[in-house]
Amino acid sequence: MEALGPEAWQAVALSLRVSLVATLASLPLGLLAAIALARGRFPGRGLLNGLVHLPLVLPPVVTGYLLLMTFGRQGPVGAWLHDWFGITLAFRWTGAALAAAIMAFPLLVRAIRLAVEAVDPRLESAAATLGASRVRVFLTITLPLIAPGIVAGAVLAFAKAMGEFGATITFVSNIPGETQTVPSAIYAFLQVPGGERAALVLVAISIAIAMAALAVSEWLGARVAARIREG
Amino acid sequence: MDLEIDIAHRLGHFELGPAFSAPSGVTVLFGRSGSGKTSVVNAVAGLLRPDTGRITVGDRVLFDSARGIDVPVHRRRVGYVFQEGRLFPHLTVGGNLAYARRGASAAARGRVAEMLGIAHLMDRRPRGLSGGEAQRVAIGRALLSEPDILLMDEPLAALDAARRAEILPYLERLRAETGVPILYVTHALAEVARLASHLVVMEAGQVVRAGPPEDLMADPGLVHLMGLREAGAVLPARVAAHAEDGVTELSISGGRLYLPRIDAAEGTPLRVRILAQDVMIATERPARISALNVLPVTVAALRYGGGPGVTAQLRAGDDMLLARVTRRSAEALRLAEGMSCYAVLKSVAVAPADIGAR
Repeated sequence: MEALGPEAWQAVALSLRVSLVATLASLPLGLLAAIALARGRFPGRGLLNGLVHLPLVLPPVVTGYLLLMTFGRQGPVGAWLHDWFGITLAFRWTGAALAAAIMAFPLLVRAIRLAVEAVDPRLESAAATLGASRVRVFLTITLPLIAPGIVAGAVLAFAKAMGEFGATITFVSNIPGETQTVPSAIYAFLQVPGGERAALVLVAISIAIAMAALAVSEWLGARVAARIREG
Repeated sequence: MDLEIDIAHRLGHFELGPAFSAPSGVTVLFGRSGSGKTSVVNAVAGLLRPDTGRITVGDRVLFDSARGIDVPVHRRRVGYVFQEGRLFPHLTVGGNLAYARRGASAAARGRVAEMLGIAHLMDRRPRGLSGGEAQRVAIGRALLSEPDILLMDEPLAALDAARRAEILPYLERLRAETGVPILYVTHALAEVARLASHLVVMEAGQVVRAGPPEDLMADPGLVHLMGLREAGAVLPARVAAHAEDGVTELSISGGRLYLPRIDAAEGTPLRVRILAQDVMIATERPARISALNVLPVTVAALRYGGGPGVTAQLRAGDDMLLARVTRRSAEALRLAEGMSCYAVLKSVAVAPADIGAR
């Protein structure tokens, strides 16, 4: 472990913080998008579906560059955020969180959407006949039934955010202590002679985190499947 | 608390346009699959919004297209028992029963659980229940929402014969012990015979006939809707005596019926369904015949269908029987309306499932 200097630990801590913030902040929006895509019949549904999935198919560098153009200090949204709220995203850890959130969003939405589609709407109408308002039906029937899907989606999104590299480095660069996440740090270590050992340790940590996340999401997925069979 | 319904709704090429009223007791909505029964019940529950019309329960208007009233599902105070139970899989039986918030105290829950025989299941999950248990929980859950009316959409259709036989007595208790009017959908005549206090017959989205089940089930004109093999009259009867050889004697208005042993005390009022295809007609009292039941009857009506069969409506005392015979037999016996003859019925032809509480 002595091979791991403070810079590397900083990267691990930053990655965890960026991924956690990215996941938690995008969760409400992801839930909304998943429900809209699973249940909604509205004009622009195809467009929303495409937009949500775009980061999955675009080269990450392209996504990062688009973020830079939009949220950079000179970008339309970035300038507005800076002038009105004093918020800067480019070259800050918050920007890394935004990039990670956008890259992870398709995975989050897909997992929740699958869970929503698995909920039998007839259970919801049964609850309504028992006197439950729409809000109560959502809170007491829909939400508990999709909860495993939400957790699975969040875990996947977290893992994806941990590994995000292309969009992050394009949008917020590779500043140690500010925007240098684990993948960026591995990349940086590999650029200097003698950095392989530190890189290798970070690689091992990445693999451990990713495996743990996958295992949790698999387990939760199985629980969702079991629920469907019961229903 | 009467249900009044008069709606029109278009589903593709299907025109749904039932109008009927359901007095208290069990109103059975009977018809073949696809006759629109479930749509009617869904309209009452608010799960289907008719194009036009009016639905009222007592003095509460649930839907009135002319006045723009459409009470949302959760404010309609209707209990709904679905064909597939629809228990909430993430809640225990107790949690399912307690789901309806309005009214229903813990004491009421205990009483209903006792009546339906589900008190011992409270901590179980729906997935661990048998089909019959699950459906009893679903009935209890609907009852505990303290509904103004209880809707039951083929609650026994998904169950096998044994489970059906297990639940029917609970439904009879429900009819006797709760004052809640019930709108009950089925395409099984055995359930009509056991449960109906009022019968509404539907075909292709419209109400064909409505009235007392004894009258409608003994109407030869409706036999084609009931199904030839299923058609049969329902007679009110009373247990007169149990003989030592295992035969139970019932008194009916037209005489006595001798049936295989029925587990009911002397004096118990029952209703007995006698299938038209099980009744033979003799113009003279047959002697030395194994059938125990030979009832003197008069031919009230004869109906010739398109096929080789004839449906005869026979008056036995104050009640009506149906008999299906071939056209050839009817001609050989020269059956005619007003003619006196005998209805012959094997005791063992009447199945236990055809005998219910009154």
